[in-house]
Amino acid sequence: MIDLTENKVGKQILLLGNEAITRGALEAGIDVATTYPGAPSSEIADTFSKIAKQATKQNKNPGFYFEYSTNEKVALEVAAAASFCGLRALTCMKHVGLNVASDVFMTYLYMGCKGGHIIVSADDPYCHSSQNEQDNRYFALFGNAPMLEPATPQEAKEMTRIGFDISEELQLPILLRTTTRLNHTRGSIILDNLQKQRGKGHFEKDPLFALIPVTARVKHPALLKKMEQAKKISEKSPFNTILKIGKPTDIGIVASGVSVNYVIEIAEVLKLDVKILKLGMTHPIPRKMCEQFIKSCNVIVVVEELEPILEWQFKTIAYDIYSDMKIYGKSTDHFSRLYEYSLDIVADAFSKIFKVKNPYQKPVQPKLKLPSRPPSLCPGCPHRATYYAVKKAAPKGTIYPTDIGCYILGKAPPLEIADLLLCMGSNAGIACGLSISTEQKIVSFMGDSTFFHSGIPPIVDAVHHNHNVVITILDNRTTAMTGLQPHPGTEYDGMGRPAKLINVEDVVKGLGVEHIEIVDPNNIKDTTAAFKRALDFRGPAVVVSKSPCIHLEIQRKRKSKEKKSIYYIDQEKCNQCRECIVRFGCPAIYYTEEGSIRIDDLQCNDCGNCVQICPFDAIFKKEGNKRTIKQVLY
Amino acid sequence: MRGKINVYVSEVHGMAQRSGAVICTVRIGDVFGPMIATGTADVILSTEPIEALRNIMYASKKTKVITDINPVIPFTVATGCEEYPNLDDVFQEISSYAELFLIDATEIAKKSGDVISKNIVMLGALAATDVLPFKSEILLETILDNVPSNYKDINKRSFKGGMKAIKKY
Repeated sequence: MIDLTENKVGKQILLLGNEAITRGALEAGIDVATTYPGAPSSEIADTFSKIAKQATKQNKNPGFYFEYSTNEKVALEVAAAASFCGLRALTCMKHVGLNVASDVFMTYLYMGCKGGHIIVSADDPYCHSSQNEQDNRYFALFGNAPMLEPATPQEAKEMTRIGFDISEELQLPILLRTTTRLNHTRGSIILDNLQKQRGKGHFEKDPLFALIPVTARVKHPALLKKMEQAKKISEKSPFNTILKIGKPTDIGIVASGVSVNYVIEIAEVLKLDVKILKLGMTHPIPRKMCEQFIKSCNVIVVVEELEPILEWQFKTIAYDIYSDMKIYGKSTDHFSRLYEYSLDIVADAFSKIFKVKNPYQKPVQPKLKLPSRPPSLCPGCPHRATYYAVKKAAPKGTIYPTDIGCYILGKAPPLEIADLLLCMGSNAGIACGLSISTEQKIVSFMGDSTFFHSGIPPIVDAVHHNHNVVITILDNRTTAMTGLQPHPGTEYDGMGRPAKLINVEDVVKGLGVEHIEIVDPNNIKDTTAAFKRALDFRGPAVVVSKSPCIHLEIQRKRKSKEKKSIYYIDQEKCNQCRECIVRFGCPAIYYTEEGSIRIDDLQCNDCGNCVQICPFDAIFKKEGNKRTIKQVLY
Repeated sequence: MRGKINVYVSEVHGMAQRSGAVICTVRIGDVFGPMIATGTADVILSTEPIEALRNIMYASKKTKVITDINPVIPFTVATGCEEYPNLDDVFQEISSYAELFLIDATEIAKKSGDVISKNIVMLGALAATDVLPFKSEILLETILDNVPSNYKDINKRSFKGGMKAIKKY
């Protein structure tokens, strides 16, 4: 097993890009790490959490403080304050998390930091697990943040480690901009020395640290001056280099991030003679280096995923130095502003630009029609039971605004209970707006972690304005979708220490909600009745549907060696009404080739909810045939 | 890495894991990243027949496709929204694009003592081909170093079972 706290300089280990970032921070002597979990950034924080938990278990101090913060804004504030005290801090989040933290981000850059601070943005081209594919490099330009963009896990580690030094030199937080393909690539890493942490810092008072108009007007020019200094660092940065492939040439390629890997490989495959300006510090770009590169080339191709940020900057520089050189990229339609790039995409573009044969044949596509295999709510998921009950209780035409979390998987048939999804916490705000605009009934959904993240303010709105909505909090006792992280509603924290558990229903009560229903969704009859009452109530009603994520249940049963029940369908009693499949939609229930309906032992997670929903009482728990989870799974 | 050769792996995490199909690419040797161009894979390992066909764009005539013969029915089929194609048709189509190896990995894993070790059966099958640039023992050793001690025997049996099944070809 890999030990990330090993102090063996020069040792080579295989690490995920995200783990490499954590290692880089450890090598830089990280003091405080904060996050709100979100793919593709989650494993950075989860690795800190794992190390901290291990230390807590052994009654040791991990040497750093780590927390899963309430949301990204809080995460950035907590870490910024540590930096103000001279400590080294890291905050990681998914790209849309930076939208939440942007209020802090924009003014924090005016203030500047003391201890080195790395802000990791994990962008998600192709929206593998996100609601959009925004290019957060704009945030670096928007707020004037120096930015580093790694191409490989090794570089991710190095940029994190060295990024702390750059941050302290400039007294500015650094944006480490990664993409899914870097975060979730595993590659070889060479370990460096682990630096000692600073432990405790000291806050030196400074009148310019309270941003009011008069101080802001002083801090803004100071920030621009720091960015001038950042340009000098960029000019000399080892992360900005020129790679030469083949014979000396005047063909130039500019690339950053994971695109660099595709460019090198395709240049070799196509046997092109090119020089590649590989940019790793992409804000501010090394202006002089870029000018010289343009002057030394006859043609330039810019390869960058998503927005043409480098391309536009190169065109500006070319204009300034009176160069009329052809710059290929997105503006010439050789590259797209959409999705992830691939070897095929780069090969196709290069073969068109350089008029060489593309060696890759058109990929074969299956002729047979293959059924899709989208992700779905797990067998035994309590959200399925809640959704089933809501559908029983709510009239036709009810609108279901939903939120970010596993429960969005209720969008798929047969439940189809997700009509609107915008961003974290949006369900209830959207519900409020719908309630004043339509006579239709509204039942919205959010998870417990989302509730604490940004779900509370819209409930305040609903109460204050007496909006006629039903807001559901699917309290499954964890942040399930991102990998079962704790949140303010759990009794332990990210370092494995006991933490104050905040009850969702207590908060809701405190907000002044008058109609609150607390249900166990695994009792479908009672849950249905509770939703009926909530729907009948005039004014805002909140239903807290409380049942642990089935993965927590599996973990608990495994630990306590509790037996798992086996369920079966009595084929004599089964009327083939298909309620369990076409309405409830549990993936563990399936048709056999001979036409009967069965339960797959291996997939069944023992929730027993199918017993409740069968109109013919044909589903039974097998008595005396229990097995431990281990016996079933292994 | 144990074979002293460079390696890159690309993984899928997050939302897609909830019963969705995931794909992981591995590149071994003097390469710059984990991504594989279409039509250039040496081998495709699939734990499910239609998933092998779904990813056939990575294959060429020279590619070996090793797949488990046991379908895992997606919920889109279970709910009657879509249809699972005839298995023989699936295998026939794969054979028309690449060199196909069929393996009852589920059964081998069960016989080895643990159905969840099916992925190790697949790795054993891979080791039996001439694709890897290092000895199969290195792969087995690395697997055994990374599993809890009480599962070592099951994993070893699964690996050997997978190897044996492909060597029969």
